[in-house]
Amino acid sequence: MALKIANREAFGQTLVRLGETYKNMVVLDSDVCTSTRTCLFRDTYPNRFIQMGVAEQNMISVAAGMSTVDNLIPWVSTFAVFASKRALDQVSISVAYPRNNVKINGSYGGIPTGKAGATHQSVHDIAIMRSMPHMTVIVPVDAVEVEQAMIAAMEYRGPVYLRTTRHESPVVLDPETYAFEWGKSVVLREGSDVTLIGTGVKSVLALDSAEALQKKGIDARVLHMHTIKPIDEDAIVRAANETAGIVTMENHSVIGGLGGAVAEVLSEKHPALLRRIGFPDVFGESGDIDKIFHKMGLSVEHVVSTVQELLSHNQ
Amino acid sequence: MREACVKDKDEAVKLEELAREVRRRLLTTVGRAGCGHLGGSLSAADVVTALYFHFLRIDTKKPDWQDRDRFVLSKGHVTPLYYTVLAMRGFFPLDWLDTYDCVDSRLQGHPDMTKTPGVDMTTGSLGQGISSALGMAIAARMLKCNFRVFVMIGDGEFQEGQVWEAIMWAGAHKLNNLICIMDHNKLQLASTLSEGLPIEPVIPKWESFGWHVLEIDGHDMEDILSGIEKAVSYGKGPVVVISHTLKGKGVSFMEQVVKWHSAAPSREEMHQALQELGAEEKELAEWR
Repeated sequence: MALKIANREAFGQTLVRLGETYKNMVVLDSDVCTSTRTCLFRDTYPNRFIQMGVAEQNMISVAAGMSTVDNLIPWVSTFAVFASKRALDQVSISVAYPRNNVKINGSYGGIPTGKAGATHQSVHDIAIMRSMPHMTVIVPVDAVEVEQAMIAAMEYRGPVYLRTTRHESPVVLDPETYAFEWGKSVVLREGSDVTLIGTGVKSVLALDSAEALQKKGIDARVLHMHTIKPIDEDAIVRAANETAGIVTMENHSVIGGLGGAVAEVLSEKHPALLRRIGFPDVFGESGDIDKIFHKMGLSVEHVVSTVQELLSHNQ
Repeated sequence: MREACVKDKDEAVKLEELAREVRRRLLTTVGRAGCGHLGGSLSAADVVTALYFHFLRIDTKKPDWQDRDRFVLSKGHVTPLYYTVLAMRGFFPLDWLDTYDCVDSRLQGHPDMTKTPGVDMTTGSLGQGISSALGMAIAARMLKCNFRVFVMIGDGEFQEGQVWEAIMWAGAHKLNNLICIMDHNKLQLASTLSEGLPIEPVIPKWESFGWHVLEIDGHDMEDILSGIEKAVSYGKGPVVVISHTLKGKGVSFMEQVVKWHSAAPSREEMHQALQELGAEEKELAEWR
């Protein structure tokens, strides 16, 4: 059994480590720090932690103002639903438009929210953030990548949206050898029949599905697309060129997220067969995470049958 | 004491003359561009002139100087005023004003900190500027910087929920380096405030959020100077200066007329407006 760590936990722990290196880092919270795990930073660096209260809109613009003073780098942290929707105009006008150096942690990305249901499940935050000029979007797969992506975010001057998740998920990258590269996808598995592209925690589903496909004699390539914007167009075109088609999977709506981004690249650069797996244009619901994912089609069985259907078009 | 009063009076007279020039230039900017928010520019003109020519510790040669006082124009639509004052103060050449609202201009319809020297924060979506100003004030306190943060909001903007989030935080944390000036001209885009959404009683609202409240006549330069001076020397927490003004102040047919929130005057109207503001023949000639 692989080691499991929630990406939110990795986020909280990494903030503490980076706080030592980056004395100009500050963290803002809107009363969810024990959930998003920025409480770890609060307890370590109380003077650089600012509790804004339940006021996300104010928090985002405050962070923008802080970022203009003496190279301060604010991390604002709230649930992805609130970062992307409640405070959307603030993210757009106070942060993205003037390219202010604010890092946004959209925690509780997608379905896993502790059974909170649709109000707290972020089904289209990637689509919102990706369509915003000047914004960059990173969706890490595991704790190893969360840390490296956060370092990359600190070294990049400009707005970053980092999407983290609540539930415990497997660590699939090797901390000794892995090197996060901005805008470059990761080949988790070579393959020549079909390409599975995942993002965030659903890159693990892509890996599991590839194994199941192997048993059926299908050799699947697995790409992990951690940076949704800027997206790795070359890897997508290469996959379209070298394999029979592409299946995307994400803890997000099929509209506008990874699947949407891949569809845009393919339709302009290299038309190819594509199937998108994710939330089928629905809001979430309360309940067991695995059961909801299964219901949404985010299961090995559904990926396998989707691949088989896709490949049937080539025969 | 008497000497100080005379000095203040001289300073007020000097600033009044500057404010008249600001009004003429901002009108000309709007007249040439064929668009712009005149009403609120004219209501806030005296206070913003006083800020830039009397109070703000700034260096036009170093607009990014870290220890400078900050000014955030949260009512970001009054760029005709803002750009005119920045140009007259020396942040950029006056002829930039003729590019106002043109494609590729460094002077956008609403302030853009990445394009215009002297602009401390991008604003225009109401309510956000006061939060950004709050962020600057928090940063200054955290880093033990001595600069002060001035922010101007509109009275219509006071209807935005984000303003209440910001002032709740500032009051609760007794931020003493934040001074808000509320340009209280009693009109908003589509109507009077009393018809739109009344914000009265204004003073107890601010006070109950932990702010020290001062009131000034926003068109009386001596009152502006002494009021803002009191605000900067208060020191115990955030201060709001309620600046009672007239929308369209200085141009008879614009004063307290809702439609002049944003409208371009005709040639005849430009001529009359500039004449009322004491323009010389050569300034008037353009509008004959």
